[in-house]
Amino acid sequence: MDVMEKLTILTDAAKYDAACTSSGAQRGHKAGHIGNTSSSIAGCCHTFSGDGRCVTLLKVLMTNCCVYDCKYCVNRCSNDTRRAVFTPEELADLTIQFYRRNYIEGLFLSSGVLVSPDYTTERMIRCLDLLRNHYRFNGYIHAKAIPGTSQELVTRLGLLADRLSVNIELPSEQGLTTLAPNKTRKAIFRPMGLITNTLKENKEELVKYRHAPRFAPAGQSTQMIIGATPDSDRHILSLTQSLYDKYSLKRVFYSAYVPVVENTLLPALDTKPPLLREHRLYQADWLLRFYGFRAEELLDEDDPNFNPLVDPKCSWALKHPEFFPVEVNTASREELLRVPGVGTVSVKRILYARRARKLEHEDLRKMGIVMKRAQYFITCKGKILDGLKLQQDSILRGLIAAERAALPGAELEQLSLFEQAG
Amino acid sequence: MEIIYRYDGTFEGFLSCVFDSYVNKEYPTAFQDEAHIAGSLFPARWVGTDLRHAQRVLVSLGKIDPYARELVVKGFLTCAPERERIIYRFIRSLYAVGKPLLRQLSDEAVLPLLKAVRHLDGEVHLLKGFVRFSDFEGTLAGEIRPKNRVLPLLRPHFCDRMYNETFLLYDRTHREALVHQTGKWAIIPLESFKMAAPSAEEAQYRRLWKRFYDTIEIKERRNPGLRMSNMPKRYWETMTEFQDEDYFLAGADPLPEHQMQRRTLEGKRHDAR
Ligand code: SF4
Repeated sequence: MDVMEKLTILTDAAKYDAACTSSGAQRGHKAGHIGNTSSSIAGCCHTFSGDGRCVTLLKVLMTNCCVYDCKYCVNRCSNDTRRAVFTPEELADLTIQFYRRNYIEGLFLSSGVLVSPDYTTERMIRCLDLLRNHYRFNGYIHAKAIPGTSQELVTRLGLLADRLSVNIELPSEQGLTTLAPNKTRKAIFRPMGLITNTLKENKEELVKYRHAPRFAPAGQSTQMIIGATPDSDRHILSLTQSLYDKYSLKRVFYSAYVPVVENTLLPALDTKPPLLREHRLYQADWLLRFYGFRAEELLDEDDPNFNPLVDPKCSWALKHPEFFPVEVNTASREELLRVPGVGTVSVKRILYARRARKLEHEDLRKMGIVMKRAQYFITCKGKILDGLKLQQDSILRGLIAAERAALPGAELEQLSLFEQAG
Repeated sequence: MEIIYRYDGTFEGFLSCVFDSYVNKEYPTAFQDEAHIAGSLFPARWVGTDLRHAQRVLVSLGKIDPYARELVVKGFLTCAPERERIIYRFIRSLYAVGKPLLRQLSDEAVLPLLKAVRHLDGEVHLLKGFVRFSDFEGTLAGEIRPKNRVLPLLRPHFCDRMYNETFLLYDRTHREALVHQTGKWAIIPLESFKMAAPSAEEAQYRRLWKRFYDTIEIKERRNPGLRMSNMPKRYWETMTEFQDEDYFLAGADPLPEHQMQRRTLEGKRHDAR
């Protein structure tokens, strides 16, 4: 089988994995080596695929052969599909040549389970070792740690990669038992905990010895599939929160389930991927990481799922009228961050500009604050915007309209139905 | 009295204009690059470039605030219509008000410059990813057609990333090229540049990339609108994955100039929407 065919099969098999960022590892050029991971490229997209997603890394599987039988996965052993395996040389060559042409920022290497987790990981290590030490690749590498891999191998993998991730796959234990019979929650969390500990130890080592080898300098991430199981948004977001708290994960990725197989335990084949839900989870995830929100503030037992009509921040704001309006000229950074339509960049600009003089609504508009959303929640010098009506339903309508254009396309029809009804 | 300043179109030349305007106690209403001199009803003054004057202006800006100097340097790289007037207005206010001016984000003397520089920064950010190189016997070459003069700002990024490579990056809009060889670089004017036909190997990597690009898309999530807003169409013309079939054939002719122009026009139409 030629490389073109292998690339096709092994890209196709990897494409559902959501993670494709290269942020977080800083490394300048090295003499005699290829590439860097300098911080200036954080968030650098090399292209966007037809589905609008950012492409940063060469995202492929080492092989799509798999001894496991996870029901939701195209690579499960019971699925009749074409299989392929990259040789380490082929994969290293592709990475280097794509990198030199500026097609990519690096490699995202994952794999089906060939023979056993240890056997597979050893092959991945061989490939990364070749790439790093023979081809002298100094760019970004994200590698998947396969649940069930021995501690020693995970450590070796981490010394070659910039980031490691272990996929949680399904947000609940029940989901795992029914849909991924070969995986247990313990088998997933064990390597995750291991990576967290090694990262901590490595940090201490680096303080003592500057030249200690670096273990996954860009940290650890994970991903969950959304919509394959009946778990609520609240459940997913609390799990996310605890992953950030307990395992110090850098990112949690969500991947809307695309039905790939007919199975009574799974959504029917004609089910559309829940893109809007995935979008809401990402929005909430940002609120946890950059806006000082906690999962339990955003969702509770009475409201276990996100409102499809407005984003999680607006939703929170509508439920907390006592918090508003916020006076732009005196509010703290934390308070400003909670105002819908005001992002982290806007907050920076406001804090910077208001030290020169008091700000008016017009100033905010010119500074790029999304007034369509923010206007309902702020005052400038004690005044709300002239002529603005502050009635619950007009606010809601305004907020829905303000976000409309930016929403994932497929589910808009569904939304307009909501609107007519309500 | 309305007066127009004419200069040689260089950054130093423009700073010399700033210097002279204070010496002459004048507020020029427009600046004209000698390459684009159009007839005018207003009297004009020719200002010769004086490197010492330019340096003094630049140093004085940096003393007020390094960020102010950065805005001026970057402002000159932008494609804002009448960028000289925008920068000049900013400098006048800056000398009058001092550092606090920088916090006046919505002030008419500041806002147009901020907007122009944000547009430039945005284009630089995107191009770090969208630039494509081709390998010609070990030398890498690429081309872009940006709106702003981005090469000076892309330079540190690509020279670090490709430290051990010999490469050339051509800016077709401004007809200049960044050339680099192990740590040494220059940005040079280059009237024309034509990429050679790809070797068999180069063509193969282009095909592999195109195949990867087409395969990584999840068809069930197809969303051309989202792709377009993340990656405006005007960038596509120099990106490997959007070229016609010929581009992927070894020894095929490179993009002819007229075809490039046609594509830009199409790109413009998209931007206008
Ligand atoms: S182990 Fe991974 S590749 Fe194998 S079936 Fe399960 S999810 Fe798919």
